[in-house]
Amino acid sequence: MDLSAINPVLLIASLMVAATPILLAAIGELVVEKAGVLNLGVEGMMIVGAISGFAITVESGSPWLGFLASAIGGALLSLLFVLLTQVALANQVASGLALTLFGLGFSSLMGQSYVGIKPPQMGKLDIPFLTDLPFIGPILFGHDPILYLGIALTAAVWALLKYTRVGLVLRAVGENHDAAHALGYKVVRIRIMAIMFGGACAGLGGAYISLIRVPQWTEGMTAGVGWIALALVVFASWKPWRALLGAYLFGGVTVVQLNLQAAGVAIPVEYLAMSPYLITIIVLVFLSRDKSGAPASLGRIFHATH
Amino acid sequence: MIVLEKRPQPSQTWSMATPVVAVLATMFFGGVLFAALGKNPIEAIMTIFWEPLFGEFSFYYRPQLLIKGAPLVLIAIGLSLGFRAGIWNIGAEGQYIMGAIVGAGVGLAFYPLEAWYIFPLMVIGGAFGGWIWAMIPAILKVRFGTNEILVSLMLVYVAEQMLASVSLGLLKNPEGYGFPGSRNLQSWDSAHNAELFAGSGMHWGVVTALIAVIFAYVLLNRHMLGFHIRLTGEAPRAAKFAGVNPARLILFCLGAAGVLAGLAGLFEVAGPAGQITIDFNVGYGFTAIIVAFLGRLHPVGIVLAGGVMALTYIGGDIAQSNLGLPSAAIQVFQGMLLFFLLALDLLTNYRIRLASKEVA
Amino acid sequence: MKLTSLLATAALGLGLATAAVAQDKTKVGFVYVGPVGDGGWTYEHDQGRKAVVAEFGDKVETVYVENVAEGPDSERVMTQMALDGADLIFTTSFGYMDPTINVAKKFPNVKFEHATGYKRSDNVSTYSARFYEGRAVQGTIAGHMTKSNIVGYIGSFPIPEVVRGINSAFIHARKVNPDVQFKIVWAFTWFDPAKEADAAKVLIEQGADVILQHTDSTAPQAAAQTAGNVITFGQASDMSEYGPMPRVSSIIDDWAPYYIERTQAVMDGTWESKDTWDGIGAGMVGIGEISDAVPADVKEAALAIKASLADGSYHAFTGPIKKQDGSDWLAEGETADDGTLAGMNFYVEGLEGDIPQ
Repeated sequence: MDLSAINPVLLIASLMVAATPILLAAIGELVVEKAGVLNLGVEGMMIVGAISGFAITVESGSPWLGFLASAIGGALLSLLFVLLTQVALANQVASGLALTLFGLGFSSLMGQSYVGIKPPQMGKLDIPFLTDLPFIGPILFGHDPILYLGIALTAAVWALLKYTRVGLVLRAVGENHDAAHALGYKVVRIRIMAIMFGGACAGLGGAYISLIRVPQWTEGMTAGVGWIALALVVFASWKPWRALLGAYLFGGVTVVQLNLQAAGVAIPVEYLAMSPYLITIIVLVFLSRDKSGAPASLGRIFHATH
Repeated sequence: MIVLEKRPQPSQTWSMATPVVAVLATMFFGGVLFAALGKNPIEAIMTIFWEPLFGEFSFYYRPQLLIKGAPLVLIAIGLSLGFRAGIWNIGAEGQYIMGAIVGAGVGLAFYPLEAWYIFPLMVIGGAFGGWIWAMIPAILKVRFGTNEILVSLMLVYVAEQMLASVSLGLLKNPEGYGFPGSRNLQSWDSAHNAELFAGSGMHWGVVTALIAVIFAYVLLNRHMLGFHIRLTGEAPRAAKFAGVNPARLILFCLGAAGVLAGLAGLFEVAGPAGQITIDFNVGYGFTAIIVAFLGRLHPVGIVLAGGVMALTYIGGDIAQSNLGLPSAAIQVFQGMLLFFLLALDLLTNYRIRLASKEVA
Repeated sequence: MKLTSLLATAALGLGLATAAVAQDKTKVGFVYVGPVGDGGWTYEHDQGRKAVVAEFGDKVETVYVENVAEGPDSERVMTQMALDGADLIFTTSFGYMDPTINVAKKFPNVKFEHATGYKRSDNVSTYSARFYEGRAVQGTIAGHMTKSNIVGYIGSFPIPEVVRGINSAFIHARKVNPDVQFKIVWAFTWFDPAKEADAAKVLIEQGADVILQHTDSTAPQAAAQTAGNVITFGQASDMSEYGPMPRVSSIIDDWAPYYIERTQAVMDGTWESKDTWDGIGAGMVGIGEISDAVPADVKEAALAIKASLADGSYHAFTGPIKKQDGSDWLAEGETADDGTLAGMNFYVEGLEGDIPQ
């Protein structure tokens, strides 16, 4: 056993990278759920984002265009969910699962000619002096731009929900759609925007995996990250900063357990791997005691009657 | 301007017609997809829907429909009870896994004894495994008001890790040359959930699924508890006045779903699958959610929906092999079918009509 | 019900008859556990299938089904292929072992080939590759190339196949570099690119400058490239897009020669059930081009090992070798028997840590 082999600076830096796809997807889903919609199709939107971003990056040579495309791809797929749940008033749980099934298949079809290709790389932030600072340099200033975008999005969503009218309306719609409707808010329109935002974020998260974290395209490469993102939203009790913290914790568990293994510590891997889920359940139990938890209208179908 | 108007009663006609319309629409758009992939669309659709039922080798595929459909129906029936009452158990996959682990574990504890009571004990073990896994979200919900959707979903991942763990450790076949996975129960008569009639596809899981369907039908239509379930789902406040005990209802619905999912896992591991392996679960628990909704949460509907899903799986594999369609195309096709079925359900509960300027 | 089952049996017999009828084309089926686009395990099997098509052209018809779950689904797919007249069916995942035996019982005239398993019958052969021979070459290069004396190894699940690879690589790295240490992490997944990337990063951060992987994605290659002075080896497929650095060589699963040979045997009527465990010599294990990032003398040493493994003059597990606990395993000059290798569940002396249970 050699714990000194673990470099805490690098550990923190790499858990930030591991956390980013989960964070991006979770922030999007958080907004969706705040608006009272439960979209279980995150995994499907992520994988479609992953291939959209990958394909456009390879074709255009620009990772920036790729990320843009991934957001558009994810949002377009979420439109299917919109059609089902907001227009056709179908059950959200079933629609979300169907979306994931469809997205996994669709992405494989799209990606058939992209297997085994190496995409152009996105440069890392490199600020002279700052990036070279000991300890905080690599942690704060040594990442790719999308990682910062994830943090910025977290801040933006937090500010939006807390301080703006849009946020207030969004929360009102999620808490009680009938009351919100009575107040004259366009419940369906607001939810559609939220779902598309969620789709775009999930798409970005997927592309982060296929363009930065791995980077390659293989079928089914998101390998369940979308489901972890769903868990994370609950873990965070629908609060953006807690989602950031939770993403680092979830990503951290993986990175730390790999670090411990490499350092020769005998750990029961499968039990560590289940720990994020168990922690989420425990957090849920504590949360459900105070009533500030889930948006009250979560998952319920809204139909305006006169 | 088009507006939706809620029907006072769900339309009988449309609830029968929408699945047919949805399948037709899927055939059309699926055909377009297959044509785009350079395959003959009519041949592809025929292969998926016709071949397993009436094709040359239907004598083999029809029993396979039972094998593939039974776990879906068994799990979906359990889920539908909860869904009707507004209790959202989406963790059937985990309950299925735990049923298989506990059931197989109980059996393997007796290995290599041959005795009549081993299989019944395994069945009890399987039911218990699924039940205990479902009781976690149930008790947390009753005691703390914790959201059961998320707890049951989280427990799926915990169960998957348990599965990996026992495949590599506790239940590993000592004569398996170190490979992961348990002994094969098919080659041990006392534990084997064999076909009741050779070549028929009928095994105890199919029988149990049929019993569950009948039981659910009677419960929902003839029994007070069934009435309470429906009432809670449709009018929660009225249910409260009618004296429904919500805690009891939650424990019953989640418990029943867990027992049935656990049984499905046990029958699968002791029968068609034969052994516990790392990749034992193939998503029946999630597909069953879709089956439950496609069947409109009605026992008979669920049987039909389970049949249609099983058909697309089996037909899809045939289409891959015979026509060279990629499996991704089959997945997209299934996704389409679900979209249409879900979307068109609208017509059952709502009337679409043209209205003069009105704000929806 | 009796009648139905009788009918079914009769019809199955009919199916057999159809399958047995001599056709002008030999039909070969392939059952895949993953998608053909996985870029690794299934991809290479599909390359083998394509090679069969290229070799025999019109004389052969191939069919495949991808993403087939182990268990009853695989049994159904195999049966379906047999019913549809396949003469030879390759089942390419360990978990297809019992289903293959079951289906083979029903179709005595159809030949089955099961990859990586140990159960055979009159019409079921097994085949696998001695990937550990490739690991010996990798270990030799790794031992020479490492400057930190730390080699990282990403394992999937702790099964004999993977343990064998670790031992082989370690023995040969130690042979050329007595100070080398292996750091092993288990990903507990066959396929999760993101996790594989994390594992590679962790190993690099802990000082490894050589990464060996027993998972299929190129994620570790990309992580090594980002890190700079780290070398890797392609796994399953060549992964040459990551050469000349970090990928300095690779182990390639090359099923083509075997698939062609067995298809030919079915055509000639000479097919027999057997157990094939081929290595570099028979071409089942390919060693990808060793890149210029490797100094000439190291390359020479690696090629020498490869040549001696290929012509059979050297066995990758040749004594003296002790087990991790210090007990004797192989005496001087003794080579490991296939039975022990097939079920290998122990580390050799010098490796640290325990195999997880």
